[in-house]
Amino acid sequence: MGATILTIIITAAFSSNFILVQFLGICPFLGVSKRTGSAFYMGVAVTLVMVLATLITYPLYLGMKALNIEFLEIIFFIFIIAALVQMLEKIIAKISPSLYKTMGIYLPLITTNCAILGVAELVIGDNFYASIGLQAASSMNLGYALLYALFAGVGFMLAMVLMGGVRERIEKLPVAKCMKGFPITMVTASFMAMAFYVFTLL
Amino acid sequence: MNKYGKITIDGLVTNNAAFKLVLGTCSALAMSATAIKGFGMGISVTVVLLLSNVLISLLRKVIPSTVRIPAFIVIIATFVTLLRMFLYKFIPDLYDSMGVFLSLIVVNCLILGRAEAFASKQPVLDSALDGLASGLGFTAALGIMGIIRELLGAGSFFGIKLWDFQIAFFSSSAGAFFVYGICIALFVFITDKVEKTFRKKKAQLLRVSHDEPLPEPETAEANNDNLKEAE
Repeated sequence: MGATILTIIITAAFSSNFILVQFLGICPFLGVSKRTGSAFYMGVAVTLVMVLATLITYPLYLGMKALNIEFLEIIFFIFIIAALVQMLEKIIAKISPSLYKTMGIYLPLITTNCAILGVAELVIGDNFYASIGLQAASSMNLGYALLYALFAGVGFMLAMVLMGGVRERIEKLPVAKCMKGFPITMVTASFMAMAFYVFTLL
Repeated sequence: MNKYGKITIDGLVTNNAAFKLVLGTCSALAMSATAIKGFGMGISVTVVLLLSNVLISLLRKVIPSTVRIPAFIVIIATFVTLLRMFLYKFIPDLYDSMGVFLSLIVVNCLILGRAEAFASKQPVLDSALDGLASGLGFTAALGIMGIIRELLGAGSFFGIKLWDFQIAFFSSSAGAFFVYGICIALFVFITDKVEKTFRKKKAQLLRVSHDEPLPEPETAEANNDNLKEAE
């Protein structure tokens, strides 16, 4: 139990980091990582939606499986995520306008974010239990799925914030004209991915 | 150049989804480890893009603009579900190697982007051509990256072993980011060069066709320099 939890944390946040190892959520990684602050808030928003989406999609998938309509999963999931993001945006705007100003603007951007649908699809995968160190598919449950979603979000945030810090510095350096913008960011991400590669050797 | 030629060139080169607009990056990075994976992903995206563009274009007068995005997403998700069933039945190898990224075609920004920017406003034939051209541009980009990474990372070409020399870096995730970054840089560099020569040629043609020669850009610059010195 304890070992499994530790494995999930390490796997989700580091050794299969969503951005740098699994290539999920690259769009916000490239688009919203110019400043450390915005990168952090984007990370928080993504983590929140990931956990909430998994909380709904995982039980839903089990229900769909019982009804033999699991082939509709993509359509169901994308709708739930879109509705969830809309709802969350409204709730945050109502409860705390100041939080909405700092975080709310990132919410519409993550409706069609690969990372959210990615985590929902990953945790229902046939071989997912093996990747987090479980012995049998039957011991997989909602708790593990939620923990995975939470730490996948933390790993996402970590990569975003690190990238934000690096990009703040790169902006001040002279860069060849054709390497400006996306190319230099990609090459930087490549070096960060190399650092994260170490965790896969654990 | 007629309208259809322009749509084709735009989709394939000038607005290349992967290298110019940097859309659909997740699948471009994840599915370019080998040439077969790259082309498989590219063609899957092309099929979904073509079908969704045609259907959205047909329904463009029916769908109310306030709910167009959810409507587009449902159409795209339906085609992805169909494609998934098709691959599961007929090409199980590709289905297995694509894994979660097959479902993630739904959230590929390229498809929704073309639906929103083009298919929801243009007639069916134009939209179909636009979908096909953009999709093939994406396929070509993924294929090129796949060939480079497979050749350097595994020493093979479309799964055929060529030599024993291999650099593991290129088949890892770090190599994906690196190759993608360098490919974008090269693409920008080459298109810039081509555009410059194209513009020069056009200017020369104009000068020949006019009786009076247009002022040379060099002299204009020299004049500016003189002015600066005078100041």
